[in-house]
Amino acid sequence: MTTLLSPTVDETVTATTHVGAQDLPARPSVRDTVSQSLAMAWRATKKMRRNPEQFFDVTIQPLLFTAMFAYIFGGAISGSVKDYLPIIIPGILAQTALTACMATGIQLREDMDKGVFDRFKSLPIARIAPLAGPAIADLLRYGTAATLTILTGLAMGYRPGGGFLGVLAGWLLTIVAGWSLAWIFTWLGTIARSAQAVQGISMMIMFPLTFLSNAFVPSSTLPGWLRAFVQVNPVSHVVTAVRDLTNEGHVTAQVGWALLGCAVVVAIFLPLSVRSYSRKM
Amino acid sequence: MTTNTATTTELAVSAHGLVKTFGDLRAVDGVDLEVRRGEVFGVLGPNGAGKTTMLQMLATLLPMDGGRAEIFGVDVKQHPHVVRQLVGVTGQYASVDENLTARENLFLFGRLLGLEKKKARATGEELLGRFGLTDAGDKQISQFSGGMRRRLDLAASLIHRPPLIFLDEPTTGLDPRTRGQMWDTIRELVAQGCTVLLTTQYLDEADQLADRIAVIDRGNKVAEGTPDQLKSQVGSSTLQLRLLDPAQTGQAVDVVRRVVGEEPVLTPEAGGINVPLPDANRAADVLIGLREQELLITSATVQKPTLDEVFMALTGHAAEESPEDNMANDEMEAAR
Repeated sequence: MTTLLSPTVDETVTATTHVGAQDLPARPSVRDTVSQSLAMAWRATKKMRRNPEQFFDVTIQPLLFTAMFAYIFGGAISGSVKDYLPIIIPGILAQTALTACMATGIQLREDMDKGVFDRFKSLPIARIAPLAGPAIADLLRYGTAATLTILTGLAMGYRPGGGFLGVLAGWLLTIVAGWSLAWIFTWLGTIARSAQAVQGISMMIMFPLTFLSNAFVPSSTLPGWLRAFVQVNPVSHVVTAVRDLTNEGHVTAQVGWALLGCAVVVAIFLPLSVRSYSRKM
Repeated sequence: MTTNTATTTELAVSAHGLVKTFGDLRAVDGVDLEVRRGEVFGVLGPNGAGKTTMLQMLATLLPMDGGRAEIFGVDVKQHPHVVRQLVGVTGQYASVDENLTARENLFLFGRLLGLEKKKARATGEELLGRFGLTDAGDKQISQFSGGMRRRLDLAASLIHRPPLIFLDEPTTGLDPRTRGQMWDTIRELVAQGCTVLLTTQYLDEADQLADRIAVIDRGNKVAEGTPDQLKSQVGSSTLQLRLLDPAQTGQAVDVVRRVVGEEPVLTPEAGGINVPLPDANRAADVLIGLREQELLITSATVQKPTLDEVFMALTGHAAEESPEDNMANDEMEAAR
């Protein structure tokens, strides 16, 4: 009977594993976890290719919002559209990254209701793989959103002072932030009862986070109590850090704070997501 | 570690006192189950009896609320990852990816199970061939028929060549021809040395495939044995009679008792009498007895016992879905 099994040898055979099963690993190795996550990412990209509407939010929205916000608020806030662009482009970058990662949670929830997730659960794979796969594939979405936002800005006359490297760094930070914050929505996806519920809760989180930040207006124009919130809002740190990178080309302390904030979010919500996903089974 | 090795490893599945509750409902209420290596074990019961819940607990898909289970001697609760390597699960509803083609599905599962790309592709191809799906390999799953989906689902369960296979109602909803093909496939698996634990609502399926059967009703095991042992409890076949005049039912029952010495089961319809027969040829004796008494019938048919009759004999009530059972299904959905 044992000859049917792939003879993977594991050193840590515990007392309760008996003959016939003792050469099987008790848990997936790190290497297995990585390759399983990549296989799930491959599945997610196949799925994206067959459902191109998944890209609407990261293609149309950056174009629309960049133009809309710049022309509506430009004159009022900065005196002219051109002077507003260095403020608004990093703001829109953060906003589209957030919207894009909100969709991660909704799609995961939809996906989890399908029969194939029963099989994923029954397979001897790392519990994180079905969550990490889409997270990896969604890097494509954040990348598309960030690229299109920057290109729209450039077309409208945005001339970032940080040069190519500064913009590249800002682009990367946007993707890192999107990927990190996506774990909040992934967690919501694993605890909510339906995709609609995820959408509702996500909206409630996303709107205060983006609009109660310095993404669209300088925080100095806000009343004191609001400014206090805006200044601790992690989105503000990301926006300021992206501004520093793209407009100045400087790696400032804000960049450090933004990365730290991202790391904290991942450290909290990634384990929470895996735990609640494993419980759901 | 070695004291009970010899005995436990004779068993592919050894479960004691399995319990699963959904709210107030005890979906599985203290079931013991022992499946020997190399046999086909059938779990027979109506919808909502707790068959699927039991299977899901054994497959690490649902946490157990009570009892303990071992798969080839490995504790399910303590070593779920090892158990998942030993068991291939084919669900009641095909669990393949709708977004991918059949080929891509098998490739994905192969990769997830640690096969190299080349090997994953080759294994997928081999399984497509074995299940007659080679030509449909590049089709979207949404274009698949029910039978093709089931076959692909089973193929996906075999990639890592698990020694134990769980089949949850493998033929529910399939047409008779496809059903026969599925049975052949299951027999092939057993011939190759697999142990199979299957659930079914059909006595004839359990009869065709299983070496031993456990009958489950409302979360409890009500009987266990070989198909012949179970059937002998209800006679080898049943004579179904319909009287012309329902008022003569009492007289007819007397005739039956006298002729075959069995207690007939009255069906709710007026004048319906079901007679368990130890031998199908005794039907003629009953009919002659009725004629002698000038009791007229409108129809008479001889049938093999149905699940309903086995149930009636074992539990004293019909194998019908009760409202609570539907609730159980709903709650199971909610719990997933």
